[in-house]
Order: sequence, then structure tokens, then C-alpha cells
Amino acid sequence: MITLTHYLVLAAILFSIAVVGIFLNRKNVVILLMAIELLLLAVNINFVAFSHYLQDISGQVFVFFILTVAAAEAAIGLAILIALFRNRHTINVDDLNRLSG
Amino acid sequence: MTFLDFAFYAFSAILIFAAFMVVTIRNPVRAALFLVLAFFSAACIWITLEAEFLAIVLVLVYVGAVMVLFLFVVMMLDVNLVQLREGFGKYLPVGALVALLLVAEMVIILNAKVFGPEALPRPAGQSADYSNTKELGEILYTQYAYPFEIAAIILLVAIIAAISLTLRRRPQTRYQKPHKQVAVKKADRLRVVSMKSERQEADSDGAAAK
Repeated sequence: MITLTHYLVLAAILFSIAVVGIFLNRKNVVILLMAIELLLLAVNINFVAFSHYLQDISGQVFVFFILTVAAAEAAIGLAILIALFRNRHTINVDDLNRLSG
Repeated sequence: MTFLDFAFYAFSAILIFAAFMVVTIRNPVRAALFLVLAFFSAACIWITLEAEFLAIVLVLVYVGAVMVLFLFVVMMLDVNLVQLREGFGKYLPVGALVALLLVAEMVIILNAKVFGPEALPRPAGQSADYSNTKELGEILYTQYAYPFEIAAIILLVAIIAAISLTLRRRPQTRYQKPHKQVAVKKADRLRVVSMKSERQEADSDGAAAK
């Protein structure tokens, strides 16, 4: 019998793995963006699970909007990454201190 | 153990394994491919939750578009992986600590009675003629029409931002300028020089032609 708790714990584990990914790969912007996608996926799993167990379709509508915003965020993040690499020839976070004065 | 239980545990195991590989693997291309696997497993889990439309959207939009974008970018950038891996293990203890605390806190909260099977039993499955897409569309275009339009604006802004960020102007490249081509006058291009007419000598070329 799969209960709501199963889905919520799965999303919690996924969220934590993504948080660890942000800690581990804090120099590589590409992996950081992928970890952010994983965080959003974990949140979306929670939304869909609650939507199913509460029999309320509004949760799925919110997942729809989160997917939209996440796609926009990924596109802009990768565009910034390309512009950055073109100017600085690196994606190391530690080298991106031009604005720190 | 029903088939649903088996499917949930199998897809969850694949999902967690893929997510773990995404954050630990050395090669960013392989990380992107494992992220594809993670999204696909999540879509399968959403199907067990009867969210068919969102599962298909996740596969089409994320696996089909966003991850291909990721792969393009990763393959386009020529990055020094050794330099990027420096200090990989340095933040592992604090990261693992934070993650364990997160999981422990959430499990403590979620193990309470409010989410248990007696409080929230699994709803009976919908009948065969139930359309998840239709129900989602009905509420999306009526109650959530205004947020839906805002989402469309956000996507438009993202398109314009991504293009304008990556647009590169090259001064040395020559372009056609159609407005100048159309507006050009005869006097700008053609110069009539008045000069005396010249006569060709008839004995050399003219005689040979005859």
C-alpha cells in the first residue's frame, strides 16, 4: 500500500541529494543548474502527490506553472553561461568575481 | 505487494540512483544524461499518481527540449574539468550533514498521523473514460486563465532574454543593408564623364577583322 508519505519521503530524499549536489559542485555552474532542476522536480513530485491524494486538480495546474518558469530559468541560465564563457573562457564560480570590486 | 507498489519502488530506486549520479559524476555530459533518466523516472512516478498529462509534458518539454539545450551547452563549452573538480570533497561533510538533517526532519514530520493511510487513503482509480488532460484544461482556461497568460509572457521574456544575451555582433562581418540598397539613386553610383570621342586606327585591328 503506497501512501502519501512514500511520495513525500521520496521527494525529500531527492531534494536532499540536490542540496548535496549544490554543496559538492559549487565550482561548476552547469552542474549547479542541473541540481536546481532536481530541486524543482522534487517539489513537483510533492505537488502531484498532494493533488492525487486530496483529489484536487489545482496542484497539477501549479506543477504546470512551475515547469514553465523552470524552463524559462534554464534557458536564461544557460544563455548567461554562454555569454560568460565567451567573455571569461571559464565557468568556474571562483573566477567570476569581476563585479566584487 | 501489488504491481503499483512494485512500480513505485522500482522507479523511485532508479530516480534516486540517477539523481545521485548527476551530482557526483565527473563528466558533465554524463550528468546531463543521468538527469534525463531522472526526469523519465519521475514521469513514470507521476503516471502512478494519475497525472498523465504532466508526465507526458515532463518527457516532451524536459527530456525533449531543456535537456537537449543542456547537452548542447555542455558540449559547446570547452571547460577544464580538473580545475572544476578542485575542492569536490571539501564540502562533502557539511553537505552530507545538511542533507541528513533535511531528510531526518522531513521524515519526522511526514511520519506523523496526518499523512498516514488512515488519514488520507489512496483514492480509487478513475474510470477508463476519465481524461486528465480535459479536466486540467478546463480549470486552466477558466479559473487560472490569468496566471496562464502571465506564464506565456514569462516564456516570451525568456525567449527574448536568451536571444539578446547570446547575440554576438561582429564588426568585421559585411552585411547587406537593404534600406540603403533600395534608396540608392542613379547619381550616387553612375558618373558621366564628358570627353572627346576617340577614333580607332583602321590599319591594325580593323583590317584584320575584314
